[in-house]
Amino acid sequence: MNPEEIRQAILEILTRIVPDEDLSELDDSVSFREQIELDSMDFLDIVMELRKQYRVQIPEDDYLHLDTMDGTVNYLTPLMRDIQSPA
Amino acid sequence: MSSVNHRNDRIVITGIGLTAPNGNDLAEYRANLLNGVSGVVPYETRYVGNVLAGVCQFDETRYQRRKEVRRGTRAGSVSIYCAQEAIAKSGLDWETVPKDRVGVYIGITEHGNVETENEIHEISQFDYDTKFWSHHHNPRTVANNPAGEVALSMGITGPHYTIGAACAAGNAGFIQGVQMLRLGEVDLAIAGGSSESIHTFGIFASFASQGALARHEDPTKASRPFDTDRNGIVVSEGGCLCTLERLPDALARGATIYGEIVGYAMNTDATDFVLPNATRQAECIHLALSRAGLGPGDIDIVSSHATATEQGDIEECKALSAVFGDFPDVAINNTKSFIGHAMGAAGALELAGNLPAFQDGIAHATINVDNLDPKCGLPQIVANTPRQLDKVDVILNNSFGMLGINSVLIVKRYQAG
Repeated sequence: MNPEEIRQAILEILTRIVPDEDLSELDDSVSFREQIELDSMDFLDIVMELRKQYRVQIPEDDYLHLDTMDGTVNYLTPLMRDIQSPA
Repeated sequence: MSSVNHRNDRIVITGIGLTAPNGNDLAEYRANLLNGVSGVVPYETRYVGNVLAGVCQFDETRYQRRKEVRRGTRAGSVSIYCAQEAIAKSGLDWETVPKDRVGVYIGITEHGNVETENEIHEISQFDYDTKFWSHHHNPRTVANNPAGEVALSMGITGPHYTIGAACAAGNAGFIQGVQMLRLGEVDLAIAGGSSESIHTFGIFASFASQGALARHEDPTKASRPFDTDRNGIVVSEGGCLCTLERLPDALARGATIYGEIVGYAMNTDATDFVLPNATRQAECIHLALSRAGLGPGDIDIVSSHATATEQGDIEECKALSAVFGDFPDVAINNTKSFIGHAMGAAGALELAGNLPAFQDGIAHATINVDNLDPKCGLPQIVANTPRQLDKVDVILNNSFGMLGINSVLIVKRYQAG
């Protein structure tokens, strides 16, 4: 998966986790939590969905890399490079 | 309950919120009970396959955001809907109600099976690796979940908990509310029962293994208490929560009073895990009557518990015969014949569906009584068509459950004085 496909995958996960939020104006450089209502349990849902859908294991110490969309995509790119995009 | 006549000990029902398989508010539900409309439909459940069930169609997002629905449980959504509806119908100005003086008391038959089954199914897709087990499992399965979701959703900071009482739970929820109001623990109780049981395959599978799961080519005819051709229980979901208040509080704000809870009792068979005991059931009814200061002849409608199992129906009829045998004018009906067995919500829903009788004087029917079982041959059973009564002043509501738990609630038309 390339960075754009990873970004799309994260967006699809977020759409399920925070279905009441409008994600169309999401600023990739700004913290998720500053833009949408996302608490710690929601954040764990992102981690769990990545684990279930893509078998990506994210150690707890690395959670800090998932603060923004840019940070998340940058962190996941090497981990998901060899995964085929579901699309 | 000896001080029941003290004005502050008089507890009244001032709001009703419900969702049943055949109605999402009291008016719709009552109309369908009077018109013989069943809520039982074909339903598919994991592993068991095609079964019949009572399925509710309320709008979950009327009172919850989609994220809250996803985050919580079905029992939580059912309970939030019912609690919000009860408040709306009560006429209370919710914004000004002191939330630390509100208690939430919800009877449940079981809770947690749904989420546990879902998670086991989920990790089965991952070779049972528990790293895929959801972090939501614990908050969704704690036994107080349905009541806690109500408190969280509505900003209630008084006590909240569930009352685990098998299928006697609906009455038990009301009783808890009454007791807490009388103790002065709260000023407003949101009480009743709730069930998400159709979402656990285990309850269907267990009743099937017990030979007690109803089947019929016409789903609307599957739940048939007192009928010779019954073959078991239709499992249903649903909820009914009421606002309960001390009489002076209700009067002070000019509340509509749906009825006054004048008596209750709970006892235990102590004889079997699943088989009921008519002697103990009759004792429970007598105890409730005694506490209400009433006799069997004062009861106008008996809302029976009968679930359409042979032993259960017959035992309850023995109990009813022992108590009401000399009183031909009492009307005995059964709501499960319409909606199936709503488990933790059953007692509350069955009472609620009868409360409008205080206004219209009608005992709704027990449908699907095509061949009355002679062992259930009580002449007072209202079979297939509603019965107009001369008067309806007192309703007695039976709810019994596994492990021999019995509950009886008596509600009287409110009379000033």
